[in-house]
Formats: sequence, structure tokens, C-alpha cells
Amino acid sequence: MTADLKRTPLYDLHLSLGAKMVEFAGYEMPVQYPDGVLKEHIWTRTKAGLFDVSHMGQAFLKTKRAELGSDAAHADIADAIETLLPGEIRKLKKGGMRYSVLLNKDGGVMDDLMVTRPARDDMQGVLFLVVNAACKDADFKHIASKLKDRAELDIAGDRALIALQGPLAVNALQTVVPGVETQTFMTMKPYHWNGVYLIVSRCGYTGEDGFEISIPNDSAEEFASLLLTHSDVAPIGLGARDSLRLEAGLCLYGHDMDETTSPVEGNIAFALGKRRKEEANFPGAERILSELANGPARLRVGVKPEGRAPAREGVEIVDMNGAKIGIVTSGGFGPTANAPVAMGYVDFAHSKTGTLVQLMVRGKALPATIVDMPVVPHNYYRG
Amino acid sequence: MTTKFTKDHEWIRFDDAGATIGISAHAAEQLGDVVFVELPEVGKTFTKGADMAVVESVKAASDVYAPISGEVVEVNQSIVDDPSKVNAEPMSGAWFVKLKPSNPAEADELMDEAAYKAFLETL
Repeated sequence: MTADLKRTPLYDLHLSLGAKMVEFAGYEMPVQYPDGVLKEHIWTRTKAGLFDVSHMGQAFLKTKRAELGSDAAHADIADAIETLLPGEIRKLKKGGMRYSVLLNKDGGVMDDLMVTRPARDDMQGVLFLVVNAACKDADFKHIASKLKDRAELDIAGDRALIALQGPLAVNALQTVVPGVETQTFMTMKPYHWNGVYLIVSRCGYTGEDGFEISIPNDSAEEFASLLLTHSDVAPIGLGARDSLRLEAGLCLYGHDMDETTSPVEGNIAFALGKRRKEEANFPGAERILSELANGPARLRVGVKPEGRAPAREGVEIVDMNGAKIGIVTSGGFGPTANAPVAMGYVDFAHSKTGTLVQLMVRGKALPATIVDMPVVPHNYYRG
Repeated sequence: MTTKFTKDHEWIRFDDAGATIGISAHAAEQLGDVVFVELPEVGKTFTKGADMAVVESVKAASDVYAPISGEVVEVNQSIVDDPSKVNAEPMSGAWFVKLKPSNPAEADELMDEAAYKAFLETL
């Protein structure tokens, strides 16, 4: 393994658990543990899986134009970040969080991210951001430079991020952090554990109920080890993380979305706030609103191969006459679906659910159907 | 019965009827849980090194190459029906195809078990 790869605070724990380590976004990360991807996937869908996602970027964006601790301070920092993304941040409740996308001037997606309004009164005027590992340096540079006159970006390099996902995640986590069971999907609460400050968000990347816990690096291993002593909790690698999010219909940035893709094409138009669309004041608004009104050139869709052969990233999607209409951007085998699962982009004309298409796998045209996502229903706790 | 190995981790075993081919325990372990197998049709001929079959795990697809040239005389439908068998018994029940060799001398270039084990040490 290359010497200059970065390691998360849980690196030693991964090795002690027998993980197979691979390079991912500049980090040495566990792709699987001895149980293997298939068992880890099923475990997460039925119990609780612990994921190290410390490679992701965490940061606090603070207003410089108002004293922290007031609704006005929140409104100011919300207005600031809303110049970079199309989500409704101003109206977030305290402790509320939003999935959004950083947009370039052409309305292309630079990254997807989570934006959280802190619950604490004294933290109003601050937003907590979590971005993708592979994009974090560019994202933070972009945010800091665009907002340099009005906000300060503190990159939380001193914090690890641990995800606990699955239907039994809440039971396991509340034995360690009492109170998390009262949180609903897409809310955040701060806690103290063993003298350190935790930021616990009820969200995830598997389609299951679950949490992401931001914790100081120095305490991460002890916290993760404690969760792992619970009989329903097992460590899960990036392999199963990918198959889980694929079944859940969730985008992997750099594969299912990139700088050329708009949020409408990416089929995440739900991330466009109603007021934001009316105000039309986000980057690339002209293109994005035109696509909403007239339909995008292409659309991200679910693709269900009829047979057992997986269709992976890069497989061409053709119509029933063999003409190319799109490409698979993520695909593999879904252990819960017990079938191949894929998503990709097709011409808008071929994007309707139920459209019959063909997948060019190893030179053969395999029959497939455009389907709704997610393939495996989401299981979020909405209270 | 001699078993020989390729650098691409196929094994080939010779008996009076011909040659049986599969993937090594090392290959099965590296792939992880096998979820899909595609086998050639009986009667098809392959030259040494040609893509002969496909084996896929949750995460990755991998080609299986013909260790020697020959004609497919039988395929193992049971691993198509239950791909997990490739992980459970890669060196025995989960054989892929039986070939009628067209140039048995090609097998001389393959590794025996001791040589293959030594080769794995170098990876």
C-alpha cells in the first residue's frame, strides 16, 4: 500500500478486526471484513452495521456578520450558503438537516452534501457541513473563497465520523448515548459522552434507519469498540456500503453525478427548495429551471436487468433497436434484492418507468427494464 | 490425477476423459461471495488464454481464461444455479467446464501445486 495514503483514527481497529484494506479517496479504508460483502450487507439490513466514514469532510461554517446565537445569525449564514446551493436552508429548524448539492455556475453538481442547522441556541449562525471524501479539499476551498467576506470555514479535521446503520442501530446506540431514540430522520442533536462532544445525526447512506456520529479523533476508537461489543453490531466495509446505497437508489458522487450533471438530470430535484426555485437565485438556476419546466436531456433512472448477470458502471444502455440511449453509472448485485441492481442515465424519452431497454454486457444485448428507485424500500424513522 | 495451475488462478485436472477446469481457492477467496457465473456452450472451442467464462462477486467481475486449447464437452450448470458453490468448494464440486484438449502438450507449461503455492507467495 502506498506510503502517502491517509489513515482514519479507526485504522488500527480495522486491522485488528481483520479488514481487507484498499485505497479510497486517498485513504486506506476497509473494503470488507472476514464475513465478506454479502453477509455484511444482509447484516446491515437486518441488524446494525458500523461504518468508518471518517474520510468524509466535516466543517463548521460560521457567519462573520452577526453575533452567534440568534435567529438573525442563522438567517445570515443560511443566506450565505444558499448562494452556493439550491436547498432551503433558511427555514431549517434548529437541529434540522438537509441533503443538498454544491452547484457550479452552469448548474452542474460539484458535490452532494449534508447541511445541518445546530440545535444549540448558542450555535445559531453556524452550519455543520458533511461532504464527500474525494471532493472535500475542492469543496472547502470553493466554499471558503466564495464566502470569504461573510463567513469563516472551520474544517473539523480533528473529528472522526462513524455511521451506525440498520433497523437495530437505534437500540444499540441508545445503550451508549441515551436520548438518540427520540430523534427523527434528518435531525441532529449534540450529546456528551465520556467527556467529549458528539454530534449525532439520524441519517445515512444505506436506506435504513441509522445514525452518523461525529466524535473527536482521540475518542473514536473507544466509542466504536464499545458499540462493537453490542451483539447486534458488526463492522461493515465500503463494499457493502456501496451495495446498500445502490439498492437504496442513492447517488455516488463522481459516478452517478458529476460536474456536467444537473440536479434535475440526477433525479434529485427534491433537493431544490420551493422558495429557492421561485427566487431563482442559485448557480445555474436558468438551466435547472428550464429542465424542470421542459424536461432534462437525460435522467438518472433505475435499471433492472431481467437475468442474473450484473450490469456494471460503463455498460451501454440501448433501445430495442440497438441504438445507444444511455449508460450505467453504478451497478452490481443487490444481496437484499437477490438480483442485479443498476442505475444510470438515459435519454429523457426513454426514462419512463416500465420502458424496455437492453444492456450491452460483454457484447451481448441483455433485456432490462427502467424501474423506480429505490429497489429496496427506505426504512427511515420519521416519528 | 495431476492438477496444474495458471498465473490467472485457474486450475486444470487431467484424467482419461479429458481436462476439468475451475478457479483456485485463492481466486475464489479474493473474489469474495460469487453471485453470478456465465459458462460457455458445449461444443465451443477455445485457444489457450481466451476468455472462456465469467465469474462475478457482489463487487467485481472477472474473466476465466482457457488454461489450454480445446473443445468444451461439458459445463457445470450447478454453479450457474448456485454461484455460492464456487466459494464453498472451488477445487472440487465447483468445477466450471470439461475440455477435450487439442494440444495436451500446452499443459506442460503450467505450474504444479507446489509451484503455484510458491507463486502465490510472490503476490
